[in-house]
Amino acid sequence: MDKTFPSLADAVSVIPDGATVMIGGFGGSGAPIELIHALIDQGARHLTVINNNAGNGHVGLAALIEQGRVDKLICSFPRSADPTVFAEAYKAGRIELEIVPQGTLAERIRAGGAGIPAFYTPTAFGTQVAEGKPTEVFEGRSYVRERWLKADFALIKGELGDQHGNMTYRMAARNFNPIMATAATTTIAQVSRIVPPGGIDPEHVVTPGIFVRRLVEVSAPSQEEELNRAEAVYP
Amino acid sequence: MTEVSHAKLSNAQIAWRAAQDIEDGAYVNLGIGFPEMVAQFQPPGRQAIFHTENGILDFGAAPARGEEDWDLINAGKKAVTLKPGTAFFHHADSFAMVRGGHLDVAILGAYEVAQNGDLANWSTGRGGIPAVGGAMDLVQSAKRVAVLTDHVTKDGMPKLVSECTLPLTGVACVTRIYTSLAVVDVVDGRFVLREKVPAVTLEELQSVTGAPLHIDGAVADLICPDEPA
Repeated sequence: MDKTFPSLADAVSVIPDGATVMIGGFGGSGAPIELIHALIDQGARHLTVINNNAGNGHVGLAALIEQGRVDKLICSFPRSADPTVFAEAYKAGRIELEIVPQGTLAERIRAGGAGIPAFYTPTAFGTQVAEGKPTEVFEGRSYVRERWLKADFALIKGELGDQHGNMTYRMAARNFNPIMATAATTTIAQVSRIVPPGGIDPEHVVTPGIFVRRLVEVSAPSQEEELNRAEAVYP
Repeated sequence: MTEVSHAKLSNAQIAWRAAQDIEDGAYVNLGIGFPEMVAQFQPPGRQAIFHTENGILDFGAAPARGEEDWDLINAGKKAVTLKPGTAFFHHADSFAMVRGGHLDVAILGAYEVAQNGDLANWSTGRGGIPAVGGAMDLVQSAKRVAVLTDHVTKDGMPKLVSECTLPLTGVACVTRIYTSLAVVDVVDGRFVLREKVPAVTLEELQSVTGAPLHIDGAVADLICPDEPA
């Protein structure tokens, strides 16, 4: 078995128009910039994207939005140092926004990956975010019912990966990446280094290979923060 | 501005006062922006363990300029540092810590706090782009939920109110409010005044507060260092 792909273009070639795509990262940390840029080059349109944020500057997710590829964004916090791209698309009515509290977003993704269609959370009870959602009292406290979140594809970023798809992450770049890996039909990962099976200590595997379908090596991945400081624009 | 503005504490002084209430070993989440200052003012001999939503427990202060590692940031997207004992984890675990009631204290900013503890801090309701982040999770589930805020808005209107007019972040969730003039607890649906700056009278404080301030025992003087460190 070998899940590695020779190029970013090959890795993202399967994503069709209209797909729902989870994209890992929290701000720029853990954002699979090269996979996003390959998706821009590939041309898929009318995407629904699930990410914590809404992009920053003119690279990565912001570039995908700027190219008009995203019809809907599901996120918790669409603000950033330079949120111009998303803000203009949103105000012009070119992109739909679903705001989800961050912990609810994480748990909906976890539930999607774990086969749990719905769960109850105290988060957002009594707020407009919970309007129209079923509620229930457990042990005297009120909870809101939330549904799982799944995707056709997940684009994630890791540190080490092997041919089976086992992965590790680098520091706080872990964030949403491991849970998104579980919740997509096809998870596509970029890692800084592909190692042979056995190259990752089994005790250190964070994402077991069963959750990863396609793996591509990007040996010196871009950091969104550094691209933005250099005022980079993609494409 | 109101006539009480001369007596106001600085943001650093408000953050210093909040830091005095954090126990040694407490697990604490600080909201982005102003509340992040609380970490600078831990009393000697006490060490809180800071949690950030994006998956770090026990991180250190900001690195020197040029030393940033952008895979090591806090929820405000600012660079932080490693410490002996730092732990990383994914987002579902991070919010299991929050929602599961494992955090001792969450400290946030506010647009409005109501006397029953309702908090509004995520939307001005004026048609901007809504952005909630992790606040709704934190306020419902941390053991103590404290707010740091100026006592009044930029226009001099009360931020401590009888009922919130802005979209809520959480219902009946705030337990203590540290303002630029006072320390106020929320007890049984009422504001209870614990401390006030000595230069402001009770009447003056009430005049810039949007709901009754109740007295339950002594009201202490709220005195902070001029330049907290």
